[in-house]
Amino acid sequence: MNKILKYKFLILRRITQFGILFLYFAANAYGWKILIGNLSFSKLFNKIPLTDPYAFLQMLFAGAVISSDLIAGVIIILLFYAIIGGRAYCSWVCPVNLITDFAAWVRRITHHEKDNLISAMKIRKFRYAFMIVMLIFSAFIGAAAFEFISPIGIFTRGVAFTFGFGWVWLLTIFIFDAFVLKNGWCGHICPVGAMYSLIGSKSLIRIYHTKENCTNCGNCLTICPESQVLSPVINKKSDFITGMECTECGRCIEVCEDNALKFSLRNYIKGETNEKTTAN
Amino acid sequence: MQRRDFLKGVIQLSAAATAAGAVVSGFAEENKKNPLMLRPPGALPEEEFIKTCIRCGLCVEACKNRDNKMVLNGKEIDTLFLAAPKDDAPIGTPFFIARTGPCFMCDDIPCMYACPTGALTPKECQNDKGEVAIDYAKMGVAVIDPSSCIAFWGLQCTACYRACPEIDKAITIEWKQNKRTGKHAYRIPIVHEDFCTGCGMCEEACVTEKAAIKIFPREVFLGKVGDRYIKGWSKKDQQRVKNASTKTTTKTPWSTKNPLNNLNEGVNWQ
Repeated sequence: MNKILKYKFLILRRITQFGILFLYFAANAYGWKILIGNLSFSKLFNKIPLTDPYAFLQMLFAGAVISSDLIAGVIIILLFYAIIGGRAYCSWVCPVNLITDFAAWVRRITHHEKDNLISAMKIRKFRYAFMIVMLIFSAFIGAAAFEFISPIGIFTRGVAFTFGFGWVWLLTIFIFDAFVLKNGWCGHICPVGAMYSLIGSKSLIRIYHTKENCTNCGNCLTICPESQVLSPVINKKSDFITGMECTECGRCIEVCEDNALKFSLRNYIKGETNEKTTAN
Repeated sequence: MQRRDFLKGVIQLSAAATAAGAVVSGFAEENKKNPLMLRPPGALPEEEFIKTCIRCGLCVEACKNRDNKMVLNGKEIDTLFLAAPKDDAPIGTPFFIARTGPCFMCDDIPCMYACPTGALTPKECQNDKGEVAIDYAKMGVAVIDPSSCIAFWGLQCTACYRACPEIDKAITIEWKQNKRTGKHAYRIPIVHEDFCTGCGMCEEACVTEKAAIKIFPREVFLGKVGDRYIKGWSKKDQQRVKNASTKTTTKTPWSTKNPLNNLNEGVNWQ
């Protein structure tokens, strides 16, 4: 029981990730009208549209005529992640996270967390360049260019409809993450994650670090897929983890033995110190 | 020095991203061209469709869970599929294969109305008066290969004719004397493109090992007459060329000269 409580965020995340996949599958297979479609566009309860903002942007650049459903869907998603969720999409919704977390786990149990073929920190920002480049290419080829290879689309469509050879691409991502670059796909390449980072950069739910409890054990830094966001821990400050690349996965809270990290609400009205750390 | 490092980083990352983007876009550009795949009813022209389709699969879901589930040969037939990375269609977009899963032409067109983006739109599924019905869908057009169609051999078949939801409009049977036997008739199926929706029921029904009647996308198979030829006996066809230019332009080296001179001089094939 204690173990379940300790890993409650991990368990909850797996429930939402598998739950969403199952609802997509059931919509097609059994005709359930709870969540239809896939992660590029879905309909909740057959009414509420939900649009992937990056697919939406690519379509804009490709020159598509945008329907009102898509606009409504993108507004709902933007509001949710900008105000509440931050980059939670990446760790609570996206099924590719299952693969990359598995790769990270393989790295941990084989004790080669830091064996990277490519310098990891230097290309952390690659995803933002890639995100913009794919928009420009979308305009060139007249179609949403990233959607052709998006593993998120291939995974969710695969579960709900047909997989085809999609599993080869997913396996490639696993191999890349496990043996080439730690957290390589989600933390360096994926433009959808980059998009959600930008959208959720000022979100309210954030992890708070209390320096009085911290014993500098470094557990959080080892487990964190985006360890550069944990600057308050390194700087020995009591502060929110404000880095926009934090996926709100809560793994750092779970591995912390000293109760130094917790989910909390950023308070913009009181004007806390968080503005200072954003500047860091 | 810091500024210099920053600029260096930006240039390196942009270069790497452009290289990766070029590879992905090259693949996408190749993948999005598949002239022989069939789209659901009401699909925009392919160029626009590929821009507008968000690959959500709501049409496929609507097709799978439609009211009039058809059972052919004791098996439920799925029509629409969302292309996976092995199918002959751009990844993630809806298509159907007429031979194994034709469109059953539901009256309520659930797939078209499920589309949230307008990639499938009633505007592409209506007649001249603006009435929307599945009978005005233009998913493709049926094409017959006379060499493998057994009706052209003189055998009695009409399977495609009887399977056609637009029977006697999209497919008619033409009777011709069979001179080989002298006493039998050919019953030849003829496709009329203006009524053919491209549903593929004929291709599904065709009795030959590989279908002798197939659905092709309309833009692949159908020609275009242009303004030069008009059905003089048809008021409707004259409307078609109402805005045609009266200026004749030179198209070939031969038409620069008077036709009579061309004939007399012969053709210089150098």
